[in-house]
Amino acid sequence: MSISRRRFLGWVGAAGMGSVVGKSALAAGNKHFDGYHESLGVLHDISLCVGCRSCEAACCKVNELPVPDKPFTDKHVLDEERRTTAEAYTVVNKYGVTGKIGPSFRKIQCNHCAEPACASACFVKAFKKTKTGAVTYDASVCVGCRYCMIACPFEIPAYEYNESFTPRVMKCTMCHPRITKGQLPGCVEGCPMEALTLGKREDLLKIARERIRKYPGKYIDHIYGETEMGGTNWLYLSNVPFSDIGMREDLGVTPAPELTSGALSVVPLVAGLWPVFLMGIYAISKRKEIVFKEELDEAAHSRTKEDI
Amino acid sequence: MSDKAAIDHKTWFTPFNAISGTIIIIGIVISILRFTVGLGAVTHLSDDNPWGLWIGFDLLVGVALAAGGYVTSAAVYLFGMKKFHSAVRPAVLTGFLGYSLVVFALTYDVGRPWRLPYPFIMQQGTTSLLFEVAGCVALYLTVLFLEFVPAPLEWLGFKKVRELAVKLTLPLTVLGVVLSTLHQSSLGALYLIAPSKLHPLWYSTYLPVFFFVSSIIAGLSMVIYESALSHHYFADKMDAAHLQESEGVTLGFGKAASLILAGYFTIKVMGIAGGDHWHLLGTPYGLWFLVEMIGFVALPSFLYAVGVRNKDVTLIKWTAAWTVLGIVINRLNVSLIAFNWHLPSARRYFPHWMEIATSVFIVTIGIVLFRFIVTRMPVFYEHPEYKD
Repeated sequence: MSISRRRFLGWVGAAGMGSVVGKSALAAGNKHFDGYHESLGVLHDISLCVGCRSCEAACCKVNELPVPDKPFTDKHVLDEERRTTAEAYTVVNKYGVTGKIGPSFRKIQCNHCAEPACASACFVKAFKKTKTGAVTYDASVCVGCRYCMIACPFEIPAYEYNESFTPRVMKCTMCHPRITKGQLPGCVEGCPMEALTLGKREDLLKIARERIRKYPGKYIDHIYGETEMGGTNWLYLSNVPFSDIGMREDLGVTPAPELTSGALSVVPLVAGLWPVFLMGIYAISKRKEIVFKEELDEAAHSRTKEDI
Repeated sequence: MSDKAAIDHKTWFTPFNAISGTIIIIGIVISILRFTVGLGAVTHLSDDNPWGLWIGFDLLVGVALAAGGYVTSAAVYLFGMKKFHSAVRPAVLTGFLGYSLVVFALTYDVGRPWRLPYPFIMQQGTTSLLFEVAGCVALYLTVLFLEFVPAPLEWLGFKKVRELAVKLTLPLTVLGVVLSTLHQSSLGALYLIAPSKLHPLWYSTYLPVFFFVSSIIAGLSMVIYESALSHHYFADKMDAAHLQESEGVTLGFGKAASLILAGYFTIKVMGIAGGDHWHLLGTPYGLWFLVEMIGFVALPSFLYAVGVRNKDVTLIKWTAAWTVLGIVINRLNVSLIAFNWHLPSARRYFPHWMEIATSVFIVTIGIVLFRFIVTRMPVFYEHPEYKD
């Protein structure tokens, strides 16, 4: 590639402007990331869920996960509270809510955070927040340290502990391979109640607000996932308090990466200043030694003088 | 001939060898299981509890207790406390063995250990504190190796290489302190990302500072405690200088430990005040927190002070052992006991006996290697040909 003088000057100018305007990525900077604007998400309307487990069955099928011993039509499975596992990217739980007739059901899967804790915690960048909205995982680089599982505030990633040589972290991919082809995620397609809606996250927020407005008194006036942990691409509407259906309301609105950015920003400071400080202490202790020796010599010298 | 063989056999079959041999054989069997059947066969790790004893004890406690290396070499080479010189080599050896075993233990814990270099050679996850820990531990292990290498070189008689290694002492010490500051604190910072899982009495934005400061306490106490053990078992290997300086090391390190424990107590209280978590002190977790704070921070600070004032070496040595236990409790609290405190008991973690046996196996390897080295190389004495 040949570079013309004009183009080169253009680059220099752009670099100069870049450093003046500055797009700083510093932890304490002014930058605010509010998610990819065109990204997709799913709205789960908990008031519509009947706990039929069709989403679980569809998920199992499209992701080619092992078929469980008890069939998906077995409703007794719901008697026990479950979480995602290496064999199930999504599970539905049943909750009894005081003051409400009949149980409530909630589907659990990866919430696909706007700024994922797992991706921030991964030391080989195995997790990636894609522009589609899905948080994907690349098993080909994963070391298996499981820090992602420590970091995830929603307790979603699971691990193949019984794989001896190729254990993977397992979690919902929002059916990334399917949505990039224009297909619906397995669970959304499988839901007979239309409790799950795929769409652009921004549109889903509008739909959710509209439902809250249209049916006053039906919904809790909060869209779970709009701000939790900095926002997630999976959003929830509910007719019962979120804490009654096992959803934590104490997670805060801080995106996970911000929790560690302060500690990380100290690293270059320590690396840069500690040696200076330590060598300063070394110089002081060295000088003390020299002065001590000089004074000793002097004392010895004056003693000999007196003797004379 | 047969008599001689019998005598040889008898001398080899010591209680130490019998016990360590048994532990090592059990350890090897579990290792085979771990690396052929998988983590699930030998651990109680689960999707809720991805980090168990091998991280809580082998990594967090291991790294903290191996802090004696940087603490002692900084005191002697940077702060000019030459009267502690004889303590450097045992401390650096412990550090080197400690870190080697930490890395060895990690190969058991991570799913695909052969990929441990991936964060450096494939993709750098620089937003992860674990990346920093991994980088610093890898570099610091190299530093400790270089700091310790004069001993085997003297043993083998490689004078010129040894000269070169000794010349590196000052830069290596500085680098050692920098790297230790970084990764000791980062081990605490690992948990900053999980405020919703770690009990608020232990979670604090000061976690990295807590871990760093307590690592100094751990380092000082380990040097004292180890010196007490070594005097019991390896007194015949020690030269006059080592024996003569030893009491001064115990008193000096005890004094430092007392002061730093007091400072540590203060910043821990500030952590509670900062989060306004006073009301949690009345809960069961709060009582356990108070046991840690009063029993294993305030009490040893006081006992160290009394020991130093009365020149009571025995009291200081027992206090050192108590403080080391306190560090173990603190690290296990953060990683296991107060972690996932919100989960129902059925979803909590308790280690499988094979996890415990593996940790014992790894500590045993450390003791066997330590014994092998100090009985052969100039660690507790200066090599007559290399007196500086």
